[in-house]
Amino acid sequence: MLRFSKSKTIATMAIIIIGLLLAVPSAMSPEQRKAYLASVPSWVPSWLVPSRAIVLGLDLQGGSHVLLQVDEADLVRGQITLMRDDVRRVLRDTRVASQNGIQTIQRGVQIRVPNAADRERLMPRLRELAQPTGNAVLGQTGNASMVINETPDGAISLTLTDAGINERVRRAVDQSIEVVRRRIDATGTTEPSIQRQGADRVLVQVPGLQDPQQLKALLGETGNLEFRLLAQAGATDVDMLPMQEAGDQRVPVERRVIAEGGDLTDAQAAFDPQTHQPIVNFRFNIRGAQRFGQATTENLGRQLAIVLDNRVISAPTIQSPITGGSGQISGSFTVEQVNNLAVLLRSGALPAKLTIVEERTVGPGLGRDSIEAGKMATYVAGIFVIIFMFATYGVFGLIANIALLVHVGLIFGLMSVLEATLTLPGIAGIVLTIGTAVDSNVLIYERIREEVKAGRSIVSGVQAGFDRAFATIVDSNSTMAIAAVILFFLGSGPVRGFAVVFILGILTTVITAVTLTRMMIALWYQWTRPKVLPF
Amino acid sequence: MRLIRLWPENSHFDFMRFRRFSFPLSALISIATAIMLMTVGLNFGIDFTGGTLMEIQAKSGQANVAQIRQTAEGFGFGEVEVQEFGAAGEVSLRFATQPGGEAGQAAVVQKARDTFSNEYDFRRVETVGPRVSGELVQSGTIGIVLSVLAVLFYLWFRFERELAVASIIGTLHDIVLTIGFFVITRHEFNMTSIAAILTIVGYSLNETVVVFDRTRELMRRYKTMPTEELLNLSINHTMSRTIMTAATTALSLLALVLFGGQAIQGFAQVMLYGVVICTYSAICISSPMLIYIGLRSSESVKVSEGKAAAAE
Repeated sequence: MLRFSKSKTIATMAIIIIGLLLAVPSAMSPEQRKAYLASVPSWVPSWLVPSRAIVLGLDLQGGSHVLLQVDEADLVRGQITLMRDDVRRVLRDTRVASQNGIQTIQRGVQIRVPNAADRERLMPRLRELAQPTGNAVLGQTGNASMVINETPDGAISLTLTDAGINERVRRAVDQSIEVVRRRIDATGTTEPSIQRQGADRVLVQVPGLQDPQQLKALLGETGNLEFRLLAQAGATDVDMLPMQEAGDQRVPVERRVIAEGGDLTDAQAAFDPQTHQPIVNFRFNIRGAQRFGQATTENLGRQLAIVLDNRVISAPTIQSPITGGSGQISGSFTVEQVNNLAVLLRSGALPAKLTIVEERTVGPGLGRDSIEAGKMATYVAGIFVIIFMFATYGVFGLIANIALLVHVGLIFGLMSVLEATLTLPGIAGIVLTIGTAVDSNVLIYERIREEVKAGRSIVSGVQAGFDRAFATIVDSNSTMAIAAVILFFLGSGPVRGFAVVFILGILTTVITAVTLTRMMIALWYQWTRPKVLPF
Repeated sequence: MRLIRLWPENSHFDFMRFRRFSFPLSALISIATAIMLMTVGLNFGIDFTGGTLMEIQAKSGQANVAQIRQTAEGFGFGEVEVQEFGAAGEVSLRFATQPGGEAGQAAVVQKARDTFSNEYDFRRVETVGPRVSGELVQSGTIGIVLSVLAVLFYLWFRFERELAVASIIGTLHDIVLTIGFFVITRHEFNMTSIAAILTIVGYSLNETVVVFDRTRELMRRYKTMPTEELLNLSINHTMSRTIMTAATTALSLLALVLFGGQAIQGFAQVMLYGVVICTYSAICISSPMLIYIGLRSSESVKVSEGKAAAAE
């Protein structure tokens, strides 16, 4: 029979009305939305008010998408440096000498201790270095972060394991997200989205950003600041580092670090009151202040080396002991450079270098044009299909068209409540859905036509049409769903937006093309009691 | 009111006859595609090759393409593809991947921005590093392979072996011909193209499944009808639906091609072509394929054995 149970009718209508209401906020402009939310009386509980709107993708609202990758090689290099320091300390503590110093090998270091008794003393201390990477408190034994190899001829090598490196990369991504967030926030950028992607990447999305040059400059620096001393003639433990003021000529700098970025409590861009040059004022914490005070007292008249990411950015002469815990970095900087430098120092150093592996920027003009074009295409497609369906199926076409409008409304409602991102391919998905959504109606109507032609009455023909077409509808929608689901898991960004729309479209077809259409046809039959099929 | 009918009622059209043209034609195009794929190849976009793509628009509305080309070639980043497109002085510039790994790419954008930003708006800037492009190639390939496998799995569950084999041949046929479209038209092949191919896989299967659902139903009803006749009947029965759905889908895609804007046009064009191909293959490839595969080969053997026994 064409009659519906009351509860089924109410449930269907409820789903449709709620779904359409959820789409309402997305149809408003941001200002309208604000006014509408303000106009809701305060006694209405907030969960009752549809407030979420579809998020526009960066390709529609304009903005910058920058994908950063933790530089694993850089990270490993840093780890090896730490390993060297540790091994050097252990050798010193145990008073063991390595035959040819500490050599860097791939992913680790190697020493040579031919004396077995020396090795006996050394090994337990070295093993302490290779602690597991997991959290022992939580009962995870974890994997060893490094392995120690000993050969009979006295060569001892310490190498990082894959598990150790992966764990470091994972932690580096977490730390990087924090640092990146602090750096971007410091520039006053609104609503950046910063998230982990995959094992070793950070995705930064900044809506409305037109030229990510400053952002890239800010993220491209590790921000590792060290206060050292320029080496005097004849010193041995030195690094040759490029010096900015000397046209990147390399100068010897002592390896010993007096204080570092982590010792800073504040850094601000400012102007030197005398020279009017842009400078950065900074302040040390207690430990840093002490060490800095002591070092400047002991080395009066020598040149300090302020090293940022292995580059001497300033080398002032120590005129008097600096014991107050504050100082300034001056050099030949531009205003923008000191601003960036202050941000870098305040937000702390990145655990490793970040490399930009992908950048996609859409200007606001193109985004606006895309939205306009998308709207236009959606309207035109809608009108084409609506006219075509009406011209082919008459009243039944009209019913299919109402179902189609509800269908598109429901997609928007679902996307709003899921806070899904609408991208340009997503709009294409909506347009394509308009074309395919009526397929279910077509399948049903054609079947009804056949059944009636085969001699059934209208009521039983409609009934049989729905029943028999249903299996085919499920089939034809599942086949489309297969492709859409694969696309969802595989694609990223815009393409994924297409998949989301398509999947939601398939889900809502079942409600609109099958249930809603059937209810409307039942109503139509009760009103008109037709003797022949209207198409 | 007179309603339109795109397909006459009670049609008895002999679709199976088409196979004499469609089989050689499709085979020819497939072979041509394979040869061109190996010799000419696809016109890969920066998603898969890596590199930098910029779309700039002249603030004055009038772009000087020759001058842009000359200036850009002078940057020293190798050959630059400069193309005018759309309306109102829009120009796209494409630079190949620069040596120097991920960091090497940044200089291109910087230089172009410094040079052109006075007279041109930067509407789109995309840089894809070598690592990411490698991964996109991988996920694109996996996507297509995975979708074919998923389709196989679905068909294996849903249909008898003969029908499943015929539909998978149809789907593969559609993938090959779509790739052929990319090769022949030199359409840019990027991540969106993968999306288009996957959607076409879905649509292709959809078309075949609707026909085969009917074939299966008729097989049960007319147990002794010859295969060719049965297939013709299935197609004739479903033809008005096939035409309707193809028409509504094509109409909405046409709207997208005409009004959807330059950024989505490529996708819409491929899809539009795909709808045509899928409709063609469901009728002229997958269905007649069953004549050769042998519909209900197991059943018909039994029937003929029964007849033989009765004759003795």
